[in-house]
Amino acid sequence: MAVDEMAPVAVTGPAAAPRRGRSAGLLPGERRLVASPSAWLVWAGMVTFLVFLLGIIVAVVVDSFGRQWFNSWLPLELTTGWYTQAWDRFDLAHVIGVTVGVALAVVAVSVLVGVPASYLLARRSFPGKKAFTLLFLLPILMPPITYGIPLATVMYANGLGRTVLAVILVNLVPSVPFVILTMTPFIEQINPSIESAARMCGANIRQVFVRILAPLLVPGILAASILVLVRTVGMFELTFLVSGPSSDTLVVSIYRAMTSAGGGEARQLVSAMAVMYTTTMLVMLVVALRYVNPTQLVAQVKEARDD
Amino acid sequence: MTATTQAAAPARSSASLRHRLAERGIDPLLLLVVPAALLTLALFVYPFAYGIGLTFQPTERTADQWGGGALANYVAFFGDSFVRDSVWITMRLALPAALFNVVASLPIAMVLRRKFRGKRLMTSLLVLPITLGTVLTAQGLLIFAGRQGWINRFLLGTGLVDEPLRLVNNYFGVMLSLVITGFPFAFLLVSSYLSGIDPTLEAAARTLGAGWVQRFRRITLPLLAPGLATTFVLTFVLAFSVFPSARLVGDPGGATRVMALMAYRSFAEQLDYPMASTIALLMGVVELVVVAVVFAWRSLLYKGSTGGKG
Repeated sequence: MAVDEMAPVAVTGPAAAPRRGRSAGLLPGERRLVASPSAWLVWAGMVTFLVFLLGIIVAVVVDSFGRQWFNSWLPLELTTGWYTQAWDRFDLAHVIGVTVGVALAVVAVSVLVGVPASYLLARRSFPGKKAFTLLFLLPILMPPITYGIPLATVMYANGLGRTVLAVILVNLVPSVPFVILTMTPFIEQINPSIESAARMCGANIRQVFVRILAPLLVPGILAASILVLVRTVGMFELTFLVSGPSSDTLVVSIYRAMTSAGGGEARQLVSAMAVMYTTTMLVMLVVALRYVNPTQLVAQVKEARDD
Repeated sequence: MTATTQAAAPARSSASLRHRLAERGIDPLLLLVVPAALLTLALFVYPFAYGIGLTFQPTERTADQWGGGALANYVAFFGDSFVRDSVWITMRLALPAALFNVVASLPIAMVLRRKFRGKRLMTSLLVLPITLGTVLTAQGLLIFAGRQGWINRFLLGTGLVDEPLRLVNNYFGVMLSLVITGFPFAFLLVSSYLSGIDPTLEAAARTLGAGWVQRFRRITLPLLAPGLATTFVLTFVLAFSVFPSARLVGDPGGATRVMALMAYRSFAEQLDYPMASTIALLMGVVELVVVAVVFAWRSLLYKGSTGGKG
């Protein structure tokens, strides 16, 4: 393969090369109108995925507004009653309050604790650095249930079970390493000579952090915070293990409503709660995408050339 | 921890020791890592060690039923086929789901790397399910793909099938939910690794006359492979610990009786904390074996700063 494609190039010269293969017969910069079979396959896969995605979302939304919906394409009567009913029945004002409070606390603590650690891991080499990296990687690599169950056992043994504090603490376990991992590339891309210059001009460590690094890191910190916020609001497994009736977050209440004894609550009640949950998450995601390009998290982007 | 205790020492000793330590990278700045390390030690390492200790203290019921003394929990795990089979059931769900998510996101990420109209919209739509979470996806699947859902209505209406397809409350339902929640994640990671690869490398290959197959096989794939391995591991971890979806859209008594579900059953329903910790621990072991195999293979690949690294 390599040989018979390379051979003619040697004869005709590099200039002719791009015109071979798929784009044969086209002028440079010109594109085919009919896509290739592989492109069709990709688009077909994407369309299937989107059909399922939109189907799921629209079905839940329609269900939450339908009075009754059995054997028809759409519900026969529409109502907003399920929302008010769900709000009162599950004390959603309290649940949402807990959710927001927990999420904000987790974001604040994990940024305060995680950013300094990621600075160190990004900039310095010191004995035991590998051990620390492993220590911070493990909570992300392990399935939450694996450490969640022993952690919950410890918390119940110490009387912390079912409290809001316990919910905050369990959520910190994956969040702190997550902040460290997402912040490290951000810090690496800041030119270290800026810090050196500040030091040369007489700034001490604290000044370097507050006046040089912090302003440069704001986009990164914002990105990490929003991701932690989304993760914490969506975190089911860990929260579920330690939360109780007064410390349930929104996801956990939805799950409890779906599985409660006696066949679960009315389906529309669950749908109404689910719609509220998704709307909240969606708003956060839109805000997040406003500030960060998700594909820039791991490495700096060089925009692919348009060819 | 040793590094931090040593770091505290130079403050009291002479400047020359401080200087010598600083040359080896030990200075007061290392204190920055202490809060994060302490937090992880207290909330992750300690409970984990406690849990391991707990597995050797079986409840009387387990010890009586299975014997084996301090190892009764392990005897029970491997002796009780109801529990043991959950390992295989979990793998049968998580491995294909993770593999599918990585393989499917690669071509889509490559297509979306090019500039075209509506690229941002497309990316946002693909990332959208991250906001749904497993619980809402489960609710949506139950309605959308259930017996009276739109899929079955459409299939019945067009005459493609004679009776409603059973898409939820079985293996397939959980698989669907794993793909819907896991795919955006894999897609995000793969596209970030892909965007880390310098496009000029491909441009150079193209100038030298490489076709797209060659460019993919010789340039993109080798640079991307470590990233793909990482993506596979992370998606696998996600899929491995499913349990809301296994309970809600699966068949929790049979085909989707995953390990997480068994661990939770021991923890919350039987209040058998030692057994719950044993299942959780063995879950971690099984998962780490898979992760270690993937990473061992990955270490054979190119690791450089050209991007696409893991």
